[in-house]
Amino acid sequence: MTTATVRRPRKNHLLSLVAITMSAVVFLVPFAFIVLTALKDRQDASRLEFSWPRNVQFVQNLVDVVQARDYMLIIAFINSTILTVCSVTLMVILAAMVAFVLQRRRSRWTPLINFLVLSGLIVPPAVVPTIWVLQGIGLFRTMTGLIFVEVAFGLAFSILLFRAFIATIPRELDEAAIIDGAGPVRLFFRVIFPLLRSVAITVIVVQSVAVFNDFTNPLYFLPGSDNATVQLTLYNFQSQYGTQYNLLFMNILLITIPPLIMFLFFNRRIVAGMTAGAVKG
Amino acid sequence: MTALDVRQEHGGRTSVAAARPRRVRSPYSYWFYLPAAVVYGALFLAPTFASFYFSLTRWTIFEHEFIGLDNFVQFFQEPALIKGFVNTLIYAVVTSGLKIVLGLLLAVLLTSQIVARGYLRSVVFFPVLVSTIGVGLTFTVLMHPDEGLINKSLALVGIDGPAWLTDPSYALLSVALVDVWKGVGLATLIYIAGIVSIPGEYFEAARVDGAGRLAVFRAIVLPLARPATVTVIILSLIGGLRSFDLVWAMTRGGPGFTSDVIASVIYKQYQAGFYGLSTAGNVVLFLVVTAIVIPLYGFLNRKEVDQ
Repeated sequence: MTTATVRRPRKNHLLSLVAITMSAVVFLVPFAFIVLTALKDRQDASRLEFSWPRNVQFVQNLVDVVQARDYMLIIAFINSTILTVCSVTLMVILAAMVAFVLQRRRSRWTPLINFLVLSGLIVPPAVVPTIWVLQGIGLFRTMTGLIFVEVAFGLAFSILLFRAFIATIPRELDEAAIIDGAGPVRLFFRVIFPLLRSVAITVIVVQSVAVFNDFTNPLYFLPGSDNATVQLTLYNFQSQYGTQYNLLFMNILLITIPPLIMFLFFNRRIVAGMTAGAVKG
Repeated sequence: MTALDVRQEHGGRTSVAAARPRRVRSPYSYWFYLPAAVVYGALFLAPTFASFYFSLTRWTIFEHEFIGLDNFVQFFQEPALIKGFVNTLIYAVVTSGLKIVLGLLLAVLLTSQIVARGYLRSVVFFPVLVSTIGVGLTFTVLMHPDEGLINKSLALVGIDGPAWLTDPSYALLSVALVDVWKGVGLATLIYIAGIVSIPGEYFEAARVDGAGRLAVFRAIVLPLARPATVTVIILSLIGGLRSFDLVWAMTRGGPGFTSDVIASVIYKQYQAGFYGLSTAGNVVLFLVVTAIVIPLYGFLNRKEVDQ
């Protein structure tokens, strides 16, 4: 350890200073702008200046945003929570099941399934035909329908993460369980699934952020202001308020909090999930 | 699969099962595929296949009339739609190009010996997790031609900034720049993972040989971070070609249709009730994505030993 620290080259302080300044200008100023504008009164905010608020009115803006359009933001937060929790739960269970059999049982179907999983990552979903299918099974404009759509679109990525992890679990474990008389269901849910905890957390965090931030799918498959998810409220607010920038930015601030919390608590898990393909290719 | 196959497979793997073949069924049941297959098949595969047929029709969800390739002819005749097609390619190339270059440079910077590395990594990555619509609306304000922070700051140093989003020749590129701002953190992260996985001996050896920073970068980092480059290119191309949220939040394809991309054309035609034309747009997008990504993926992975 000591030799390592001795050998390590000196920190480059000039470069650090430049990097920190640049990062502040490029990445922090936009966030600071969001916060400052969210604290301003209406007139002050409409000037679009990057300045300290003339009078800070945090509570007032917060109440206004929450109350706007019959507490739409509250309803939207409830909708988004239901959507995120249900779809991510289903995604995790279904993807883990597929990944388990896909990794363990090689057969002539394996290449086809691998191909289908990869296409799920690449192929852009066909919008109107999906609406047509949803209408056919009576799920268009329903939360249930949107949940299943999110599951269908998120499965491929989840399966890949789970499969890579399951490959590291020794088969001997399965065999021991089978000798003890475990059937396929017991083997998976009692023996394997609990071992997937760490990768499951990664999948949950990454997919939760993705579903929570999803704008396109709710726009297409769950239209209507009663059904709005948080991303859509942002949009409704913008057109409704026109120039009420303080409220718009308060809204942006509020919907940025859940991803921020995820980031603070699960930074490593998110990084692990998003860089899964980087080393192996 | 027949029972015989299963028994062979099973017997080949475990000697215990071979000695007492009382359990014929594989412990890895195909039933496990079923729930996922139903959801994926109904809501992803079926619509994808159906899109090829419905793109050839005049369609109102309830009834459709077969009109051959008319939708595609229209798609490549109307200037607005052609513009969307060309813009999609420009947008994808510009965003992925910038993400590769900036991502790699940032990753080299953030793996070198500098102060506050953790802070810098977090700050660069955080925008990836923020709502695209939120970012889009924020930058729409920052890019306001007269009062926006960007042009006001440029004015301070004597530069007359362009009307980022309202000038037809800049609108698409402005959106692309914001896309890079939001997405470069992911590219950086992938490159960091790639660079960190390079064995330290290479760098040691290079130092012993007296290689400079540039030589190390060109001879070690660049070739050995290749899997990361492949991932970044593929991911950002797929994302760039499909991009909708940001364009919609910032310009809605305007001014006019100068910043339309295929995905926003699909939405506009859907809103206007031209479901057949909208679906044709989807098929075009499908063809563009597969025609670019799959050959590229094959080409980039050709030199890889494994997979």
